[in-house]
Amino acid sequence: MQRREARRFIDTKRDRVETPLAYDYRPMSAARESPLTRADVVHVANLARLALSDDELDRLTTELAGILAHAQDISALDLSGLPPTSHPLPLVNVFRPDKVRPGADRSEVLAMAPAAESDRFRVPKILGES
Amino acid sequence: MSLAVSGPTASAIAHGVRTGERRAVEVLEEHLARVSAHEGDIHAFNLVLTEQARAQAAAVDDAVAAGHDPGPLAGVPIALKDNLCTRGIPTTCSSKILEGWRPPYSATVVERMAAAGAVFVGKTNLDEFAMGSSTENSAFGPSHNPHDLTRVPGGSSGGSAAAVTAGFAALGVGSDTGGSIRQPAALCGVVGMKPTYGLVSRYGLIAFASSLDQIGPFAHTVEDAALLLEVMAGHDPLDSTSIPSPSPGLRASLGQGVKGLRVGIIEELSGEGIAADVARRTVFAAEALAAAGAKIDTVSVPATRFGLSAYYLIAPAECSSNLARYDGVRYGLRVTPEGNDTNIADMMAATRAAGFGPEVRRRIMLGTYALSAGYYDAYYGQAQRLRTLIIAQFASAYERFDVLLTPTAPTTAFAFGAKTADPMTMYLNDVCTIPSNLAGHPAISVPVGVGDDGLPVGAQILGPALSEALILRAARVIEQAL
Repeated sequence: MQRREARRFIDTKRDRVETPLAYDYRPMSAARESPLTRADVVHVANLARLALSDDELDRLTTELAGILAHAQDISALDLSGLPPTSHPLPLVNVFRPDKVRPGADRSEVLAMAPAAESDRFRVPKILGES
Repeated sequence: MSLAVSGPTASAIAHGVRTGERRAVEVLEEHLARVSAHEGDIHAFNLVLTEQARAQAAAVDDAVAAGHDPGPLAGVPIALKDNLCTRGIPTTCSSKILEGWRPPYSATVVERMAAAGAVFVGKTNLDEFAMGSSTENSAFGPSHNPHDLTRVPGGSSGGSAAAVTAGFAALGVGSDTGGSIRQPAALCGVVGMKPTYGLVSRYGLIAFASSLDQIGPFAHTVEDAALLLEVMAGHDPLDSTSIPSPSPGLRASLGQGVKGLRVGIIEELSGEGIAADVARRTVFAAEALAAAGAKIDTVSVPATRFGLSAYYLIAPAECSSNLARYDGVRYGLRVTPEGNDTNIADMMAATRAAGFGPEVRRRIMLGTYALSAGYYDAYYGQAQRLRTLIIAQFASAYERFDVLLTPTAPTTAFAFGAKTADPMTMYLNDVCTIPSNLAGHPAISVPVGVGDDGLPVGAQILGPALSEALILRAARVIEQAL
């Protein structure tokens, strides 16, 4: 009975999408050739807030291109009829009772910060960022 | 010389302690003695919790003496992967960026095991932030396979697998995002299981890829794995992805056998790329099931061929988002570059470059790229649609079969450095385990003897969502045939 209760949250229509085993793996006509350049890698390192050395930027340009080349096998498939799955469990709008419960202890949390002052996290200046 | 042991089992320890036949402190000292003797060679732990474990064991004995039942894990020494938060106790993810951090709370699974009488021996080594298949990506050096110290234990939960294998703990806890419990279990010759997504609360598990991560057990026996999973599973209001249902009973049906069970061997994951000796042991597993009355056939699940590619877009994309929180502001490392004009962005970039190791930096870069403008749909979106296809094809397969069978890992344990030169070579370790994570389904690795090199081989049994009891039963049959 517990099992059936739980199943309610697993079995959804999405699990029964009509996709026979003999799915047509037709490549898309405009499959992208490996597009990664060193300039892309520099840009992405900035987005990811990683101060990488020139050597590592060079190495990552090669390595990421290799991994993305492997990913071409799926980026070349025509899967346009299928909805994306972001999450295996179709649980949505999960609520809990609106009841006060203890949170983390502030001094315990701040004690682990690299720098703290007046019950706050202290950071270098945030203005004048280029 | 092998440092592997085959017990004692958690079930026997808990039974002995609960009935007063054994004392928890004695059980613990036996395990600590093996730690003292061999941890220098194996490096399973980032931290051994000797004094805390002694206090926990003494409290268990006091409870028994006072006529209280400490619970189903009474006095069982357990090794915790070091990406599980333990309040006041360093939790590092084997990363320099969290070195010295002591969490202000404990993971739900840690609380549940403690409440069931468990004794925590230590925090185990892993590939940094659980990204890897060998523990070679740990910032604190790799763990060694107790069967052969020149080989990796697998990963990312290699420390927990090695700790159980070497008898440092009777049970281990790991996390499995693409095979990080099952692959090290196979390489170390122990049982390892990834439960259904949502069955075990992840509150306090440091996130890697949130749509894939799941906590699960390492054990000497299938029964012990079921015991630990029973304690860890069940709804937790602190995890919004937790299935709102109590922990299922798993041990009661363990001995029911597999008569009439329909077992499908996945063709795409059993031939090409699988070492011949590993493939032979998978056949042994199928024969063991057949001898016990199961019906064996092959089944094609073609989209599983693309699982690896989908995984290595989805997991890095999610990790690039989850690991954005390590920015030198609230916890962990902070590196401030020299100069009067340093701003917060400079500090964050310097901190993250210094604190993350090469594999973590590589995956953050890959994920950031895959999610960036212009590429989102071609990479991440496409991987998500492939995920839908895998789920649908599994659903078709489970109309004809109750469970599916594959090898767990393509080879036995490999030598240090053998797969570190090219990231794709290492990633191929997870080719058989990844599809279950993408689908959110449970899967278990059970030992099936040794390969040509004398090292352990694991077979993997996969089932549909919430089929834990069924795949445990099948694993038990294989275990008994060995």
